[in-house]
Amino acid sequence: MSAISLRGVSKSWDSARAVNDVSFEAAAGRFVVLLGPSGCGKSTTLRLIAGLDDVSSGQVLIGGSDVTGLPPAQRGISMVFQSYALFPHLSVAENIVFGLKVRKIDAADRARRLARVADLLGLEKLLERKPSQLSGGQQQRVALGRAIIAEAPVCLMDEPLSNLDAQLRQEMRREIRALQRKLGITMVYVTHDQTEAMTMADQVILLRDGRIEQDGTPEELYNRPATAFTARFVGTPPMNVVSLPGHTKAGQLLGVRPEDIHIGAEGLAAEVESIEYLGADSIVACRAGAETLTVRVARAASYAAGTAVKLSWNPDATHAFDAATGLRCS
Amino acid sequence: MNRTAAQVHGWLLLLPTAVLLAAFTHYPAGATLWHSFFSTPKPNRPAVFSGLDNYRAMAEDPVFWQSLANNLWFALGTIPVSIALALLMAIWINGRLRGRAFLRLAFFTPTVLPMIAVANIWLFFYTPQYGLLEQLTGLFGLPNHNWLGSNETALGCLIVVTVWKEAGFFMIFYLAALQAVSPNLYEAARIEGAGPWTIFRRITFPLLMPTTLFVLVNAVINSFRLVDHIVVMTRGGPDNATSLLLYYIYDVGFKFWDSAYAAALTMVLLVILGATAVLQFGFLEKRIHYR
Repeated sequence: MSAISLRGVSKSWDSARAVNDVSFEAAAGRFVVLLGPSGCGKSTTLRLIAGLDDVSSGQVLIGGSDVTGLPPAQRGISMVFQSYALFPHLSVAENIVFGLKVRKIDAADRARRLARVADLLGLEKLLERKPSQLSGGQQQRVALGRAIIAEAPVCLMDEPLSNLDAQLRQEMRREIRALQRKLGITMVYVTHDQTEAMTMADQVILLRDGRIEQDGTPEELYNRPATAFTARFVGTPPMNVVSLPGHTKAGQLLGVRPEDIHIGAEGLAAEVESIEYLGADSIVACRAGAETLTVRVARAASYAAGTAVKLSWNPDATHAFDAATGLRCS
Repeated sequence: MNRTAAQVHGWLLLLPTAVLLAAFTHYPAGATLWHSFFSTPKPNRPAVFSGLDNYRAMAEDPVFWQSLANNLWFALGTIPVSIALALLMAIWINGRLRGRAFLRLAFFTPTVLPMIAVANIWLFFYTPQYGLLEQLTGLFGLPNHNWLGSNETALGCLIVVTVWKEAGFFMIFYLAALQAVSPNLYEAARIEGAGPWTIFRRITFPLLMPTTLFVLVNAVINSFRLVDHIVVMTRGGPDNATSLLLYYIYDVGFKFWDSAYAAALTMVLLVILGATAVLQFGFLEKRIHYR
């Protein structure tokens, strides 16, 4: 049985269609990431699952039962907001147990669960503080604490790491993933950052203009992108999807990952445009005719801009997309 | 610029406001205190020092005590009701409501209208026999009643006018505060299972506390500051039933020309206002969360 299941869910505002016929299944205990560029409808989809907005059509099922018409509190979910949405006038402890108090859980049980969550998240010393006295990372932990103390089977997260600096984000990524595994909850996580999606997810649902572009594991999205859009969205840097007459059939686009291209003595003639040095490797941008291809080379690349090079790749490593529809061929 | 020049520069910038404040606020306050210890000067007899005589006379003045009692009832009648009403209107308007701008304007109108005009409108409402209120009660066959002319109802009538006038003004502050609250907070509370009443009690109201304190201080000051409605509607009558402290001071000072006694009364009013402000800040400040 799926923990979450969306069936033909759409959401329209007055003029725009934010979510368009979205259907997917998420198995219990999985980490599901809704990925996409801004404005693709991922946050709206999350709010529809939460019940904060009402669907225009379609069904939302959580734990096998239809919750489409139910208010958020009766859906068995918890949620972490991008802004954390901590109550500024309440202490950390009061913030975390807010929901338990509302649900009239008795004080002893509340204290026990609070102690457990505080221990889990390392918040023991901060319980008496107000949110304004905490750093961004600590506020994030409190928001997490408030979400997990309810012990709801499903936890929804709306870009929870976007307000943190890069270092902390990486730390929290690991921590959230570990927490989700430990508690065995089903997580639906919204992000625009494909690195976050690839590193954390069991299942990635890539959205574009309110529609699902691809639904699969990170490996599937990376190794067999279903569309040219997916190919161009996933990976740092993403796949080269180019039109090279002579290398592809007419009406098709060629896709090849930067790490699958070699600079050598033979192949496609190109000219080095720029080099991005990343330490372990470098990204070399090469111009071939009207297209620019990025090539990943190990360590530092010692090419000057304007150097003529030849690019080659193993035909097995290429992908073909229909130029008109963007769909994968074969 | 060296230090001294910077200092002079700073003081020069402060000077206009400082002069105005000193001339029209601080000096008169000090002078009032000073004069309250003297007798009232007459053309043929200059003021002489009389110590606490004015205050002693006050303690034995039944009209003073009645005005004070009236004022307390007036404060008790206007402050809680106008604040509660303001909060209610603000929450109502803050919701997604058609014609919100119109309602906001409608609620705020009483504040914009000149007080004398307002008093005259209400005077008509309360007029015996053909006033609006009389016509309404007449429909139900109730007997005639002189609302402003009888001891029991005159103060109540003034309270109603004041609440009507103040609530719209306070609403604007509440509305501004409500719009500063992130909708995410309400959503988070809804997910935690909080109903509308819990959300109000645990989140909205605590977050509005700074505004409530501000409004409360203003409401208290206003309730001791009312004079124009009384001048137009009742002149303190009947039988001092609507004489509030400031109106009594006005009577004593500018009708009976007993300026020294008026000065003593003014000091009492100042002490009352100062004490309530200190109490309000002292009690509430600790419980308030400022963003």
